[in-house]
Amino acid sequence: MHNLLYLLLRRMRTPLIVVILAYAISILGMVLIPGMDDQGNPWRMSFFHAFYFVSFMGSTIGFGEIPYPFTDPQRIWTTVAMYMTVISWLYAIGSLFSVLQDPAFKRILRFTTFSREVKAMREPFYMVCGMGGAGKLVVSELAAHDIRSVVVDRDETKIQMLRLEELPIHVPGLTGDVTDTSTLLAAGLKKPQCRGVIALTGSDQINLTIAITSKLLVPERTVICRAEDHDAQANIESFGTDYIINPYDAFAKRFAMMFQSPSMYLVYEWMTSMHEAPLSEFAAPPRGIWIVCGFGRFGKAVQQSLSFKGIQTVIIEADIKGTEAPEGAIEGRGTEAITLHEAGVEQAVGLIAGTDDDANNLSIIMTAKKLNEDLFIVARQNLSTNDTLFAAANSDIAIHPGRLIGQRVVDLITTPLLADFLRMARDQTEEWANILVSRVVGVLTDKPPESWVITISTKETPAIVHLLRKGAAVTLGSLQTDPRDITTSLPCVALYLKDTDQNEELLPENDKRLDIGDQLLICGQPDAETHMRWTAQNLHALIYISSGSDSPCGTLWRRLEARKQTGTQISQDGT
Amino acid sequence: MNLEKVIFAFFIVLALTLNFGFFIGDMDDPNHHNVYELFAALVVSLIATIMKFGDRAHIGAVLLATSLVADLQLIAAVIVWTMAVHASDAGLTPSIMSSIVSLSGGALLANITSVVILVTETVMFRR
Repeated sequence: MHNLLYLLLRRMRTPLIVVILAYAISILGMVLIPGMDDQGNPWRMSFFHAFYFVSFMGSTIGFGEIPYPFTDPQRIWTTVAMYMTVISWLYAIGSLFSVLQDPAFKRILRFTTFSREVKAMREPFYMVCGMGGAGKLVVSELAAHDIRSVVVDRDETKIQMLRLEELPIHVPGLTGDVTDTSTLLAAGLKKPQCRGVIALTGSDQINLTIAITSKLLVPERTVICRAEDHDAQANIESFGTDYIINPYDAFAKRFAMMFQSPSMYLVYEWMTSMHEAPLSEFAAPPRGIWIVCGFGRFGKAVQQSLSFKGIQTVIIEADIKGTEAPEGAIEGRGTEAITLHEAGVEQAVGLIAGTDDDANNLSIIMTAKKLNEDLFIVARQNLSTNDTLFAAANSDIAIHPGRLIGQRVVDLITTPLLADFLRMARDQTEEWANILVSRVVGVLTDKPPESWVITISTKETPAIVHLLRKGAAVTLGSLQTDPRDITTSLPCVALYLKDTDQNEELLPENDKRLDIGDQLLICGQPDAETHMRWTAQNLHALIYISSGSDSPCGTLWRRLEARKQTGTQISQDGT
Repeated sequence: MNLEKVIFAFFIVLALTLNFGFFIGDMDDPNHHNVYELFAALVVSLIATIMKFGDRAHIGAVLLATSLVADLQLIAAVIVWTMAVHASDAGLTPSIMSSIVSLSGGALLANITSVVILVTETVMFRR
């Protein structure tokens, strides 16, 4: 703020001095030049009259020759003074506007506004660096979860887009160089409310700089970082970055899982699918020869995990030497029928269009489908603006690296227990996954399941804590009962439980007794969460569920109830 | 020699000298206090204030503050003078004249502070 004021004052120095001088000279002139009063006596203006006259003349209001009609010398001086004051005003106002319109001034103004907004933040927030596809997704999903964030991007248009987007909560945005420490500090890196730094720019080098800056300045701050190169990834890992997300590796692993354990893949997809995204239909990819078009970072990762699963691949790459493609790779882009033919598209079962150009990928899909209709097609979509095109191309799996990263970040932030659950689930058998899938399918409608976390604590579940403190037992089953009808249970499945001693349990049973400090991961229909939280907070609802009867709430009724019970006992004894 | 510094110091010292010139003389005698001198003192004081705009150093901020005080005192003196001459029947009585002069005396003190700060800064400047 002070910066702004100083800049404005400094730039207005000369114009203001010019205005004051013009006024002073005009006033002095008016005082010194002899005039005449209405009786023809010599008369001189006082400073007060001169100031009054020059003030209305200079501002072009012009009340006329006051208090007596002017003499000719006075009129001559007025002519000079008129031009002098009006021009000095125009100059001053013009300079003021030019300062206000100055790009440097505007930049400082925006920076100041942004810093003030960040400083005023009282809730926990996340700092998102880079407003590409992934960043945009993270910001809007966090806003949908009522989690605040601030955004920094180098590109002014991206920040303007952020302002146009109608997010449910205000997200301050700043155009600035994210590698500049002062930008990160202005975005609240050192504020205790800052929960984490999310580096999602397109360049590994910049992400690395952000991660190292925040780890050096505030070591305890969580850092989530995007990395596409293995070298950069190792580098970022080396100084303790909390989470590193490599979209290509992430997809390749997920893709390999489809071959190994389709049910497990489905579990992963459900758990990590976006807020209200359509429920994905699952098609298991066939085993056989796969064609990989493009041997960049994406192609390499996919090829590696496919060959790990023992699946044969044929590679098509335009620049075989530059990408160090293995022997037997076919030179070409894959957009021409000849190249695809050479790669044996007629015998192949699947094709991966994985170049970094969307038009090429679409062209590969179209050409390949013409040659072999039964191909299982995996498409890599680079720009989120091409959504409609890729939907029309009708590929079996469309992978958008930005979206994948965004989704991972959102999961990490909103349901941190999910990562624990998925890590444990990975070691389970396919049969286990089948059971889980059938259980989840049992409670679902056409919408994808939502997952949420409930921690048994005074803040989140006061009713449960109250009963537990009294020594009563609360089971998981009562939490899962519908408070409106205790004979039915809510459409949800408890996936994972972690207690205060870090003991973990997958798919806890209904008779599992809850304890203070337990963390529960539950998935199911979105409205089940509302009812579950109601039970957890409302003591009467919880007692009703556990005992099956309504207990009286007020003191009077409670006493009456107690008396009635003793009364009944006496009469029973009497008979 | 820096021209900016010369002009800067010129206005600050001129504000003080003009102010002093107006202030000196019998407190309640209008003949000892010239209206032109008060006008000049006010204009130069205003210009000196604007010259100090936008200086981010601490000493610059103090200079600006003293200058604003001087402006305020002089403007008050001018208003009292105007009211006495044009808006009351009494005119420039000795009691009004002494209050005008004492207001300008306050401005003089502020201007002296300005000059002291200016001199201190110059002395500390070893280059």
